[in-house]
Amino acid sequence: MSWIELVRGALDGLVERRSRSALTVLGLLIGIAAVILTVGLGEGAQAQVGSAISALGTNMLIVTPGSTSTGGVSGGLGSASTLTLADAAALGSTTDCPQISRVAPVTQHTAALAAGVNNWTAPVVGTTSAYLSIRNRQVVLGRPLTAADVQRQAHVALIGTQVAQNLFPTSRAVGRSVEIDGVPFTVVGELNPAGSSANANEDNLVVIPISVAEGLFGSRGPNAQSLSQILLSATSSGNMSSAYQEAETLLLELHQLPSSSSADFTITPQTSLLATASSVSKTMTVLLASVAAIALLVGGIGVMNIMLVSVSERVQEIGLRKALGATPGMILRQFLVEATLLGLAGGLLGVGLGLVGSLVLPALLHAPIVISIPAVVGAVVVAVGIGLCFGVYPAARAAHLSPIDALRSA
Amino acid sequence: MMEVETEPPKQTGTAVERSSDGSVLSGPLLELAEVSKSYGEGAAQVLALRSVSLVVERGDYVAIMGQSGSGKSTLMHILGCLDVPSSGSYRLSGGNVADLSEAALADVRNRQVGFVFQQFHLLPRISAWRNVELPLIYAGVRQRSTRRQRAEQALAAVGLADRVDHRPTQLSGGQQQRVAIARALVTDPDILLADEPTGNLASDQADELLSIFDTVHELGRTVVLITHDPDVARRSQRQVRIRDGRIVSDATTRP
Repeated sequence: MSWIELVRGALDGLVERRSRSALTVLGLLIGIAAVILTVGLGEGAQAQVGSAISALGTNMLIVTPGSTSTGGVSGGLGSASTLTLADAAALGSTTDCPQISRVAPVTQHTAALAAGVNNWTAPVVGTTSAYLSIRNRQVVLGRPLTAADVQRQAHVALIGTQVAQNLFPTSRAVGRSVEIDGVPFTVVGELNPAGSSANANEDNLVVIPISVAEGLFGSRGPNAQSLSQILLSATSSGNMSSAYQEAETLLLELHQLPSSSSADFTITPQTSLLATASSVSKTMTVLLASVAAIALLVGGIGVMNIMLVSVSERVQEIGLRKALGATPGMILRQFLVEATLLGLAGGLLGVGLGLVGSLVLPALLHAPIVISIPAVVGAVVVAVGIGLCFGVYPAARAAHLSPIDALRSA
Repeated sequence: MMEVETEPPKQTGTAVERSSDGSVLSGPLLELAEVSKSYGEGAAQVLALRSVSLVVERGDYVAIMGQSGSGKSTLMHILGCLDVPSSGSYRLSGGNVADLSEAALADVRNRQVGFVFQQFHLLPRISAWRNVELPLIYAGVRQRSTRRQRAEQALAAVGLADRVDHRPTQLSGGQQQRVAIARALVTDPDILLADEPTGNLASDQADELLSIFDTVHELGRTVVLITHDPDVARRSQRQVRIRDGRIVSDATTRP
C-alpha cells in the first residue's frame, strides 16, 4: 500500500467525521498556539531585559558600599558608607588600574524640583563627566556635563525626558532654570529616553556636577558626603575580570582590609546582572511553557479520544477492509496516518494562530513576542508526534479487531 | 509464520500451489474435513459447527441453506478465511488454512475469495469505483489508473458502467449490491462467497442480482451462496442443508 493511498484513505476518514475532526484539531491548535506564544513571550522578555541591561552601560562595573556579608552578618548593599571621592580618584589612576578606562563617582539623593509653577520630585545624581559614557547615555538636546562644570562647581543640570515633560510641559527645557531643593540651576541638556531598567526609571533623573551635589546635600546627614556608587568601565568586555581584580585589590588596600572576605564594598559586573535577569526570565518561560505543554497534552488526549471513538464507530468498516484483504498492519497504518494528520493539521493551524497572536498580542500586553523558527518547527514536530503517539493505542485496537466480530455488529 | 508480500506478482504465503499460468495444480477447490468450531469456554461454550466435512469442486454453484443459528454463517466465515476452525482441517486450493498467519489469511481473502454481504458493506462517502478499487489497493496495485481501469471493467460486468462515479447513497439497493459484487470480483478470486445477498432487496432486484450470480458461475467461477430462501437456493446446482452445526443433506440438482 502506497503512502498516497494511506493519506487519501485517512483524509476520507477524517472528512467523513469533519466536525469532530475539526474539534480535535481545535484542541491541538490551541495547545500549539499557547506553547508558541508563551515561548515567544519568554524570549521577548529575555531580549528586552538583555537590551535594558546593556543600555545601563557597556563593560560596566558597579562598586557599592557595604558587603553582602560582613563578619557573618549580612549587611546588604549600600548598608555602609565607605566609598569616598578619594577612592574614585585612586581607581582612576592608570598605573594602579590599567584595565579601568573610566571612573564616575555617584551620589544620589531624591530632591524637590521646581520650575515656575511646576513641581516634581526626582533622584538627583551628582557625578562627573564620565557618567554618561559609562552609562551609555546621550544628550539629545543641549550639551553634556563637562569636567569644567565639575571643577567650577557650575550650577548646571541635565534632565531626563520625564523630568522635562513635568517641569517644562509646553516649552524647551534647555536654557531654562530649575530649582533643586530651592537652589537655582540652569538646564544645559536633556538626556535620551532610556525607558525603565530592572530597578529604576532611567528617564526620571537629574544629573548635576558632584562638586555641587556635595554642597547641596552635605547638610542632610553624616553619610551624605559618601558616595552611593562608583561606576567603572573596563577597557574592553574581555578585561572585565582583570578590571574587577584591580578595583578590588586597590580598594582593599585603601580601606586597609586584609582580604576580600572582609571587604566593606561590593563590586558587581554588569554581566552578572544580565545573567541574573535572564535566568529569572528563563524560569518564567519554563513555567509558562509547562502550562502550555499541559494544554498540549490535553490536546493529545483529545486525539486519542477521537480516534477511539472513530475506531468503535467504524468497527464494520474495519471488518470489511479486513475481509477485502487488509492486513492488521495496513489497518494500523491507516489509523496512525489519520491521527498523525490530525496532529499535523493542529500543528500547522496552531502555528498560524500563534503567528497571528504574535502580531496582535504585543500591543495588548505591552510585551514583545519573539517567534523563533526553531520554536515553530518544534511545535509542528511535537504536534505530529502527539498525533502519532496518542494514535498508537486506538490504531492497535483497530488492527486487532476480528473481522467477523466487526462485520457481525450490524 | 509466513512472510507476506503485498506485491501482486508474488504468491508466497498463500500456501497455494499454482502452475505458471496461475491455475491450481490439482485437487478440489475447497475441502473441509471434520471441521468443528466452538465459541467461548467451559459451560458457556457454544458449538457452532460439529464435524462438518464438505468438498466443493472448481466451478460448482453451491447453496448452503439453514435457519438462523444453524451455523451457516460460521461455515461461511471459515470458508472465507475470516475465521479458522477450532478443529479439523480446511484446505483451500490444496493449502491448509490453519497454518496461515493473520497477514497470510488477509492475503487469501484478498486474492482467492470475493465476499458479498447482506448489508452490502460499501463505504458511503466514496464513489462506486473507489469502493471497488479497495481490494486492489490491499493487493498492492500501485497505479491508480490501473485500479480505476480494473474497477470500471468490474462495474461494467455487473451493468454499472454508467454509475462509476456515483456514491452508494445515490444508488438503489440492487445497484449497491452489484457494486459489492464488482468489488468481490475485481481481484479475480477463485470463489465468490455471498451471505444472504438478496436479504435486503426487493424481489425484482433480487432476481436481477441472482441472474448476475448465474452469469458469474457460467463464466467458470465457483459460487457459494448462503441463504435461508429456497427460491434463491433453487438457482444453484447443489444445495447443502445445515442444522445445529451439522450438514443434514447435500443434494445435487443439476449436473
